[in-house]
Amino acid sequence: MAVATGNSFASRFGVHIAVLVFVAIWTIPTLGILVSSLRVKDQIIASGWWNSFSSSTQTEAGRLPAASTQVEKDGKFVLQGNIFGDGAARNISAFGVKSAAPTQYPAGSVADLGDGVTLQLNADGSFVMASPKAFEGDRGQRVYYASSAPPKFTTDNYKTVLFSEGIGRSFMNSLTVTIPATVIPILIAAFAAYALAWMRFPGRALLIAVIIGLLVVPLQMSLIPLLKLYNGVGSFFGVPSKTYLGIWLAHTGFGLPFAIYLLRSYIAGLPREIMESARIDGASDFEIFVKIVLPLSFPVLASFAIFQFLWVWNDLLVAMVFLGTEADQIVLTAKLNALLGSRGGDWEILTTSAFVTIIVPLIVFFSLQRYFVRGLLAGSVKGG
Amino acid sequence: MASQIFSAIFVIIVGVGGCVAYFWGANKLVDLIFPSRGVAGAAAIDNLRRQGLIRPWLFVGPAMIILTIYLIYPVVETLRLSFLDRGGANFVGLANYEWAFGDREFRNSILNNIIWLAVVPAACTFLGLIIAVLTDKIWWGTIAKSLIFLPLAISFVGASVIWKFIYEYRGEGQTQIGILNAIIQHFGGQPQVWISLPFWNNFFLMIILIWIQTGFAMVILSSALRGIPEETLEAAVIDGANPFQIFWKIMVPQIWGTIAVVWTTITILVLKVFDIVLTMTNGQWNSQVLANLMFDWMFRGGGDFGRGATIAIIIMIAVIPIMVWNIRQANKETGGH
Repeated sequence: MAVATGNSFASRFGVHIAVLVFVAIWTIPTLGILVSSLRVKDQIIASGWWNSFSSSTQTEAGRLPAASTQVEKDGKFVLQGNIFGDGAARNISAFGVKSAAPTQYPAGSVADLGDGVTLQLNADGSFVMASPKAFEGDRGQRVYYASSAPPKFTTDNYKTVLFSEGIGRSFMNSLTVTIPATVIPILIAAFAAYALAWMRFPGRALLIAVIIGLLVVPLQMSLIPLLKLYNGVGSFFGVPSKTYLGIWLAHTGFGLPFAIYLLRSYIAGLPREIMESARIDGASDFEIFVKIVLPLSFPVLASFAIFQFLWVWNDLLVAMVFLGTEADQIVLTAKLNALLGSRGGDWEILTTSAFVTIIVPLIVFFSLQRYFVRGLLAGSVKGG
Repeated sequence: MASQIFSAIFVIIVGVGGCVAYFWGANKLVDLIFPSRGVAGAAAIDNLRRQGLIRPWLFVGPAMIILTIYLIYPVVETLRLSFLDRGGANFVGLANYEWAFGDREFRNSILNNIIWLAVVPAACTFLGLIIAVLTDKIWWGTIAKSLIFLPLAISFVGASVIWKFIYEYRGEGQTQIGILNAIIQHFGGQPQVWISLPFWNNFFLMIILIWIQTGFAMVILSSALRGIPEETLEAAVIDGANPFQIFWKIMVPQIWGTIAVVWTTITILVLKVFDIVLTMTNGQWNSQVLANLMFDWMFRGGGDFGRGATIAIIIMIAVIPIMVWNIRQANKETGGH
């Protein structure tokens, strides 16, 4: 591979640039929700997340206090205060009193509003409005101003989604679904894989063919019959039809073909001599499996476990069919889907929730990438 | 919630313990019923033979039972249901299939699925191949691959939220917070509501799947490229082939089998695509696909199992050629073993 193409500086440079562009396209989307999940709501709406490290500028309107707060000073009537009240201080760059010219005067200058009325609005929001005549009316002067706020980051969004939007509870539900649904298939598949790889019995070739066939059967084929079956079992025994037990078994069933296929091709590749010498020493198949095959198969078991974990954690379809939508059963993916409907434009909620749902897969993925890639290669390249 | 965690742990213990107990116990039982030690020669050989007949079935038994309940029986049952009415009580012949091909939404789904099938596997394989070749030449290639591979770990729902944020639309002239419209507005273009643009919205949904699956294609093709013998490439360079000739005439033909595997794997995934359409548009604005339509009919108006099953069968029919090819391939490779 090293020889490949031309080695001129220009073409090498081009390769770096091209890869950089690909990496940017593939990472920017995820970066977008990570950054947004850490911003405050007002800033998410006011500026794109890629601007979140610079001050966000916006033009707003405010109203000065009513005439009742005026004081008489040096023969003039004066209104004083801060346009932001006690709220978060922003930095004002310009202001105006007409909506057509909202940034007519630079901050700090004294604007002449006619009839001897003057208004001074400073960068920090403090204002002085003075008039030779007393102010009247209970509606204060309308003021427009362009202000910028320093970038502000917060972890409050996480507190909100975890504890009041129900994402925290869904996180536990997802764990409840995923861990048993990952562990149960492993043993069942490992025994079957060993038998299919190293034991002789009639129908073995047919069984292998069936399992390879089942690998590609769309999940959609199973949904309606199983839904009917679960409803039937539920009403027959008078128990709910949507239970954790039901989804554990369903994920076990859907994961088994791949598990058996993956484990079998690995176990079949173990050296024959080890098995035979153990057999000559009087070991039974059971002993060979437990003492030799299982320990040697650790890498492939890990590969499968990671696959199944990611698959179950990320699954939406099976969870929507076999689990309820109440708080005690709804998993993260289904919850996120529900939030997309109910909190459509609230990006601080959506981006944060999305990041919570993807954080576990990302950690698993980065820490165990080696096994993941190995499984991917074994699962698709060998058998076709 | 505590009881839920407790019950999950309980299930793991009972499940794993039960499996171990079953395999160990069944094995012990065979040894007891047909003892091969401590009995006379002929009887021992007889019993060993019987053990050899029974034991494999004890090992594959649990897997077979679960596969039968969760996959084999449902396939037969779905086929049967597709000839029955909505409640599954009366035989209606081919009425469901006639309905399907006359239904506007169904035909729209078929059309969209065909577009998905034509675009997504090709795009993923092509991009994956390009990235695999490029990253092989630079020192930070592994890091680059890792980052491009990363979306594969993200759920389709999560990815949909990520991309919905990219496609977010604000009226013209306003501050765009979706990066796509921000770029377009920056260059003087008109911001668009991408996911409701007729016809083209399909492509904006496809981009999500391509974004997820390119990493898969890249990893597998990259490992196949490593398997190309250096000599063939060196010979091509000596013969004066240019980079494009080397890529198309030397590298691609040698990994043709792997390309086919990647292509078919993504094809099957595309046929089942559901989450992305559900979360982005739920089939509105002519973006419906078969898997989402099927899910819809499962629950629409109390659920029409006949029509749902019919749509599932149509998806299955599309998968069958790949299934046959896979089984043939596997038979060829494993031979007798």
